[in-house]
Amino acid sequence: MRDGRVRAGWRTFAMRASALAAAGLVIALAWAALAPIEPASRDQLFEIPPGTWARRMAGDKVEILPDTVRLTLGIKDVLLLRNLDDVPQVFGPALIMPGQSFRLPFEVASTYSFACTAHAKGAMSVIVEPGPAKGWPTLRWRTLQWLQRTPT
Amino acid sequence: MSFVRFAVTLLIPVWLAAAAAAAATPSLKAGAFEPPRQAPDFVLRGSDGSDLTLGRYRGKVVLLSFGFTHCPAVCPTTLATLAQARSALGSAADRVQVVFVTVDPERDSPAQLKSYLAAFDAGFVGGTGKPEVLAAMRRNYGVVAEKVPVGDSYAVDHTSSIFLIDREGRLSALMPYGRDAKDFVHDVKLLLAK
Repeated sequence: MRDGRVRAGWRTFAMRASALAAAGLVIALAWAALAPIEPASRDQLFEIPPGTWARRMAGDKVEILPDTVRLTLGIKDVLLLRNLDDVPQVFGPALIMPGQSFRLPFEVASTYSFACTAHAKGAMSVIVEPGPAKGWPTLRWRTLQWLQRTPT
Repeated sequence: MSFVRFAVTLLIPVWLAAAAAAAATPSLKAGAFEPPRQAPDFVLRGSDGSDLTLGRYRGKVVLLSFGFTHCPAVCPTTLATLAQARSALGSAADRVQVVFVTVDPERDSPAQLKSYLAAFDAGFVGGTGKPEVLAAMRRNYGVVAEKVPVGDSYAVDHTSSIFLIDREGRLSALMPYGRDAKDFVHDVKLLLAK
């Protein structure tokens, strides 16, 4: 009789705990799908390290900035170029002095082309993609980020 | 009553924090140089008949563009956008100078530049000079220009971004080609307020 009451009590406890866990999961998923993505930084940084010019002069093929840079609106939508070398460098669309940075924000999803003598093609592209929409795309994005352990 | 007071007490700091965040230093729409360097000066033949130098416009925001009068699309679009921006600036337009430097000195005389620019805004000033002078200026600004044959004639592939120079003559920013006039208006207002 007493064992039966204990078992019933445990069953009730287990059911309530399961319901609570399910509710927690639903809330977590809803948050992950609907809460706005707030990255710690929206800067996509590329740096010219010290000595790059000297290495190029010595015949090294130094590629720092890819031909195509991909950005995502609202998440990583600022191209930040920094010249840590001791000579001026054409880096992407700008001539950047030693110690100087160039910070270019994007607000419209599109493909942007810039003349860039630092590239063999003489040009570089920046592809700005829209950020994930609320709901499933945001949930999928967060899941991928979590799986990749990439801080935002 | 006490609950209302409590709610208001709670909300005021939240509202102030939100207002502070909204009022945080607005940033340029253009690509900003940090720290900005002094913009390289130049001496060109101006479309207004006098020497065109950067120093002449100290105290104004200068929007510096490179192009050529035979340009089929990019330059007319840029100049139309800049004219629209100046118009939208109202009385502040007096404190903004658009300077258009040719990458095609063979065809762009001061007179040619003057008549071409007047179609967009009579306040625009064009500049030309000896090829080596223009080439040196382009190097100083990181601008590229390359002549390409087109049928019996030629065109010039060139950097299409616009340089934003503040009232102290510092090269503050670079606006990529294709941005709206409202972006220029936004940035010019910020630079004028500095």
